[in-house]
Amino acid sequence: MATVGQACLIFALGFSIYGVGASLVGARTGREALVRSGRRSLYVLFALAAIAFLITEFAFFTSDFHFTVVATHSSTTTPWYYRLAAMWSSQQGSLMLWLTLLAGWSSLCVVMLRGRLRDVAPYAVAVLLGFGAFFTAVMLFSASPFETVPVAPPEGTGLNPLLRHPSMMIHPIMLYSGYTLFTIPFAFAVGALIVRRVDAEWLRATRVYALAAWLALGVGIILGARWSYAELGWGGYWAWDPVENAALLPWLTGTAFLHSVKIQERRGMMKIWNASLVLATGVLAILGTFLVRSGVLDSIHAFVQEGNGVAWFFTALIVVMIVGSVYLVITRRDNALKSESRLDSLLSRESAFLGNNLVLVAIAFVVLWGTFFPLISEALTGQKEAVGPPWFDQYTVPLVLILVLLSGIGPVIAWRRTSWSRLWRSMRVPALVALLVAIGCVIWSPANGAVSAMIMFVVGAFAIATSVQELWRGTRARQAMTGEGPLSAFRLLLARNRARYGGFIVHIGVAVLFIGIAASSSFQSVRDVRLDVGEQTTLDGYTFTYVKPVAKIETQGGRLERITLGSQVRATKDGKFVANLYPNRGYYPAVGSMLGAVSTYFAGESTSEIGLKAGVTKDLWVAETPDISSLMPVVRRGDAVFEKAASQGLEPKARSIFLAAALNGLTTRYRENPPPAQFRVLVSPMVFWIWIGSIIVIIGAVIAAWPAVGGVRDRVRARQAARVAEDLGRA
Amino acid sequence: MDPARKRRIRMVVALSCALLLVGALAYTSFSAASTAVQPSQLLASTNPGESYQLTGKVVDGSVVRSREAIRFRVRDRTSKKSVAVSYIGAVPDPFREGREVIITVRSAGAAAPPHSFVGEKDTLITKCPSKFKESEPGSPASGAKKS
Repeated sequence: MATVGQACLIFALGFSIYGVGASLVGARTGREALVRSGRRSLYVLFALAAIAFLITEFAFFTSDFHFTVVATHSSTTTPWYYRLAAMWSSQQGSLMLWLTLLAGWSSLCVVMLRGRLRDVAPYAVAVLLGFGAFFTAVMLFSASPFETVPVAPPEGTGLNPLLRHPSMMIHPIMLYSGYTLFTIPFAFAVGALIVRRVDAEWLRATRVYALAAWLALGVGIILGARWSYAELGWGGYWAWDPVENAALLPWLTGTAFLHSVKIQERRGMMKIWNASLVLATGVLAILGTFLVRSGVLDSIHAFVQEGNGVAWFFTALIVVMIVGSVYLVITRRDNALKSESRLDSLLSRESAFLGNNLVLVAIAFVVLWGTFFPLISEALTGQKEAVGPPWFDQYTVPLVLILVLLSGIGPVIAWRRTSWSRLWRSMRVPALVALLVAIGCVIWSPANGAVSAMIMFVVGAFAIATSVQELWRGTRARQAMTGEGPLSAFRLLLARNRARYGGFIVHIGVAVLFIGIAASSSFQSVRDVRLDVGEQTTLDGYTFTYVKPVAKIETQGGRLERITLGSQVRATKDGKFVANLYPNRGYYPAVGSMLGAVSTYFAGESTSEIGLKAGVTKDLWVAETPDISSLMPVVRRGDAVFEKAASQGLEPKARSIFLAAALNGLTTRYRENPPPAQFRVLVSPMVFWIWIGSIIVIIGAVIAAWPAVGGVRDRVRARQAARVAEDLGRA
Repeated sequence: MDPARKRRIRMVVALSCALLLVGALAYTSFSAASTAVQPSQLLASTNPGESYQLTGKVVDGSVVRSREAIRFRVRDRTSKKSVAVSYIGAVPDPFREGREVIITVRSAGAAAPPHSFVGEKDTLITKCPSKFKESEPGSPASGAKKS
């Protein structure tokens, strides 16, 4: 199996290199057969990558520890669904996932675009195959998933317990889909610039992939935030960690691109800006992968050691991408990228979109600067320094406030120019809503102020009201014209202009999301406390009581997966019961360690499972770190007993029985004589709305990205016309 | 106003804003940053009141949890030089002896034992254990070691 997989990678590299050459030569010489051959190389790359991917997944599924990557990232005690996801917890597996997604999305795009952009597509295919060749080469020469050992170890290391969370099964796929989908507009931008055909067509043709990339990356970021909130035991969902920032960067520039592209489509303006944005987004997508995979910056998510070979591969690729992009934009700036019209007025939708773009790019620049500051400072001063979350907040909070405000203004301003009186007519209802919210904030302002949160509530309300007003007006207008009922008028309004009204729904979701972030980050209450059974602590009007300890052994496939030590915590308010929360910590055995028979079960990874009572207005959140030091003398005595028994020839079967009894005894002891435990208790307002806002954004983005019925029909007609023209040409 | 002049003014304003942003970023990042150090660098010299981003490994057997705080020693990646750290706040799940941590610290002051530092609340980061893998699963020699 491993040999077949390795052969797939070798052939994939060969086909990728051939495809790059065939596409480029075909495009330069006009030989259609070569262009077709290059395109087919992309399909072959996908087929080979998919086979290699499935072989690796099969090895994980069947716990084939001959594969080094399986032995070091999975185990028989890892549940089957996490064994499948364990693949992308490894360097090799994640590169394999990247390649497969890249080849899959690229093939889909090329199939969908067949017959369109005939001059641009061969260059785009060459760029996409170039990425394919790069990732295949990285695997072949630095991180192959098909390295094997002749004798398989009896057990694997197991998937890192922190990654055993449902969102972690989808989060990497979403992030990598976002990164790989963003390479498609990048590739087509390169093609369009090479052939100097930077009109609106390539933008229209690839916009759906940019939107899909934006959506996938956004879903990935939200799933990561949810994982952090539920799994990392600190109660936050965003920490400005380099790897988090790496996903945010292309998402920000991608958001800017999705807005500014409208201006080019409509007015033929901002071509240099759009080309630069889409190229920068492609570079940042690769940079994101680089940060996760290179370990060049200190991060809790850094998967590899600094200075590994992969870093050099990626650095070379990024340098080539940046140099090539800058060259193409500079050499095309006076002809292909020349603007067809000018900005007529600052009071126009173009200006609002431009403002939105500048703010988004400014945020991206701040995040890029802060993320790479350790490297910048080391290069400038010789001393590695780092900035923390307060530094990021200092810049991003005001910029995000402006952004949300602009999302409320932009959609209601007319193209080209408008008057102040018309603008006021469009905005007076949202402004009134914002005023009411502002008055409410002043009246009910909490003692700690949090001015920026209050401003976010006001501008968020304004943005939501604007979008709701536009949806309402559209529905009413449709009802008046067609006599349809309100629901069917609303449905058809969305169906007829998906991009516009889907965009409004996205704006509502973004405003709701930021209101949730502002409330939860500004008004969160937190307490770290050590409690004995029966003791309690109060926080934000709630009383949390450590009712009783919980201890159990959990098995998987007949083998011990983890020992869980936790507690029942009762939350009450004003003496009334609110919820029972069950925080715990799972202790996973260390595999193959030299530790004693019993202590090995406390020497592996351990991970918190929080107790959560999620609510519309507030989340009650508790994490626990049990103090197992009181158990350790007993554990060491157990080690000594088993060591002595082993020297006297204890049978493996008997050893397992005695060990199970010993571990059961330990959990019983913990339940009967519980030591004090360390708790982190949080009361977080409106976290619920972060997830609701995200869902609204997803719904809006899906509506905006969904192909219109007419659009499909038009494409089919265009394809037929192209074929007829081709046939006529041959005749 | 002449449209060309108008455009030039807009361009100057936009570039000035961009330059201001870059200047502000550079100034504030250098003034707000914590110097990244290893324990041996802290042992060599520290400025009272200054914060440092300490990186190193948690010394085996040094972790002591009390009702108020968690205390441990952090050593260099490659030597045994270490400093004591007292910390209050969220302790990440992967935190344990032998693991690589990053924490923002300040000198504990003259009253505290020499080379003692106080960690700033909620700044303790433990590197993701995905960085670590067993050298040879199932083999007696295997231990958590970096890949």
